[in-house]
Amino acid sequence: MAKDYIIDIQHLSKSFGGVKVLDDINFYVRRGEFVTLLGPSGCGKTTLLRQIAGFIAPDEGKILLEGKDISGIPPYERPLNTVFQCYALFPHLDVYDNIAFGLKLQKVPPKETEVRVKKMLKMVSMTDYEDRSVDSLSGGQQQRVAIARALVNYPKVLLLDEPLAALDLKMRKDMQMELKEIHRKMGITFIYVTHDQEEALTLSDTIVVLNEGKIQQIGTPTDIYNEPCNSFVADFIGDSTILNGTMICDRKVEFMGHEFDCVDEGFGENVPVDVVVRPEDVYIMNHLEGSQFSGKVKSCIFKGVHYEMFVETDTGYELMVQDYNAFEPGSEVGLLIRPNDIQVMHKERTCNTFKARVSDAEHIEMLGRHWECKVPEGCAEGDELVAEVDFDKVELLDHQDDGRLAGEVHFLLYKGDHYHLTILTDDGDHIWVDTNDIWDKGDLVGIDIAFGAIKLSRSNG
Amino acid sequence: MVKRSTWSLPYFIFMVVFVVLPLLLIVLYAFQDGAGHFTLSNITRFFTDSDSLQTFALSIEVALENTLICILLGYPAAWILSNRKLNRSAVTVMLFIMPMWINALMRTLATAELFNMLGFTLGKGTLLFGMVYDYIPFMIYPIYNILMKMDSSYAEAAEDLGATPWKVFWKVTVPLSMPGVMSGVLMVFMPTVSTFAISEFLTNNKIKLFGTIIQENINSSMWNYGAALAFIMLIIIGLTSLMGDNKQAEAEGGLI
Repeated sequence: MAKDYIIDIQHLSKSFGGVKVLDDINFYVRRGEFVTLLGPSGCGKTTLLRQIAGFIAPDEGKILLEGKDISGIPPYERPLNTVFQCYALFPHLDVYDNIAFGLKLQKVPPKETEVRVKKMLKMVSMTDYEDRSVDSLSGGQQQRVAIARALVNYPKVLLLDEPLAALDLKMRKDMQMELKEIHRKMGITFIYVTHDQEEALTLSDTIVVLNEGKIQQIGTPTDIYNEPCNSFVADFIGDSTILNGTMICDRKVEFMGHEFDCVDEGFGENVPVDVVVRPEDVYIMNHLEGSQFSGKVKSCIFKGVHYEMFVETDTGYELMVQDYNAFEPGSEVGLLIRPNDIQVMHKERTCNTFKARVSDAEHIEMLGRHWECKVPEGCAEGDELVAEVDFDKVELLDHQDDGRLAGEVHFLLYKGDHYHLTILTDDGDHIWVDTNDIWDKGDLVGIDIAFGAIKLSRSNG
Repeated sequence: MVKRSTWSLPYFIFMVVFVVLPLLLIVLYAFQDGAGHFTLSNITRFFTDSDSLQTFALSIEVALENTLICILLGYPAAWILSNRKLNRSAVTVMLFIMPMWINALMRTLATAELFNMLGFTLGKGTLLFGMVYDYIPFMIYPIYNILMKMDSSYAEAAEDLGATPWKVFWKVTVPLSMPGVMSGVLMVFMPTVSTFAISEFLTNNKIKLFGTIIQENINSSMWNYGAALAFIMLIIIGLTSLMGDNKQAEAEGGLI
């Protein structure tokens, strides 16, 4: 085992009140690395950080620091320090005493303490502020003191919990640069938690993308951006159009009704895939020569550096395009996507799959409800079956009471000509739905599945 | 249309009649002799009368002891009540506050009866017991209040910086809860200096406190000397409350 990992997290799981917040988390951090845990709110990233800091004990799994399991060690004995989101500076102490807090506890001689505190104040550009009370500081200054207070102890790893979330945009950008500079100067390993993908891409050596308690992808910012491994990552990081496609054969993929050359291999033949196209990778031109397909500009918005346009393709798909030139809405354009810029991903699923149990000749039990459907011949009551329901066969209703099941829109993805929704039912099951109707995240919906939409098969295949 | 400021008139009149006038009368009486002439003799009499001075010293001593015991017992109680791991129900908090619902005189009389029944000799010990019993809720409540409102991230930050739970308590929790302690001190110390009912019932008047001699003087129609003593006490109480008067205590201290 490589011993150069300063932090090695193995099979970490944590539940709160029966809900799995973290599910089998595995990753490592190299010495001196800047690692970002990135994900939407509620994805478990802060819980993960608090477990590394020692405020929450994991249910299962190990946290190794330089090869030693620290899961059982209290926070005050871990050689790690945290920068809290709310800063948590001690209001009864001045700036100097806040920063010296850790050193005094370690009984560092006063002379050395003074030297180290002054050095830190200089590092965060807060010299001459040592006698100020923390209440008199601005948000940005408090942030600097919080960083100095943690770093002055020379921790093996610095943990940062959304440290810039409370600052305004301009200040956040400045602090990002300063953090990177501090990381470079001190050579200390940073583990950084944020929900801001741009911040993650700017700062990190490695990004760990989390969603719903699971690691989605680990990679460098370029990897994560250019080669997202699933539609969640592609959607969460940067702008993108995610489309259903079919891998015809190696290096050939079909989507939006057209065939494209690509660089991906090994998917097999005629395999359904997800295709990601970044808006800046679509070439747009006012003539059709040299283009792969045509389209009509629907809207054009000036975004500062570039224009953002939505183009309806000749086959009826909506594609986001970014270009330095503006194309008038209504104009006919030619479009081109280069093989290198097409990212093909395995589909996580091609239809809903549920466990079902036969209740009688015409009914099954599935998702905790009874459903009428055609039970295959030779199935007896109580048999375990696998039920498959296509995404577009699930009906969503405006009122929760109208459906057989009630749920909430959990995640939505626009796929060029329809929406792909993840519905979380009140019982905690996931149902995936393709629909042309517009829903928002958090909408409460009733769910129904029509007779005949449920395809049953034996669980052993 | 009547101006809104006139709405406060009844309160203003109330304050004048029941607070300002009596205070003025105290000052007036304190500086007059029986015949209504201006004099400083009432004040000088107190400072030259060793009995009065001794009673005064004893009152301060008892009040200080009471306050100290209230802090020593009340702080841990407030801490336990505010700790979500140790106390999960609001009922326990209510049990601590509930004695405040009952008239202090009733409680004191009941305590005295209890001591009589158990055969304890009434004296300083029973006096202190009664005082602590009467005043400890006023110490617990503001401290409990401030501990409840305290952001747990301070304790976490301290622990993160290497403080053991013991050190977290002394270096963060206690200093940050000082405004609550100050409120508690004001609410316990000031009333105990002037109390007389507790000493009357719980020591059978064996121990006389400052409040007792004021009451005795006024009861025996020595209005001027009684007023002078009350005036001196007011000054002392005013001074102690100035001592604790900082903005933070007002903002975070709960009851005061």
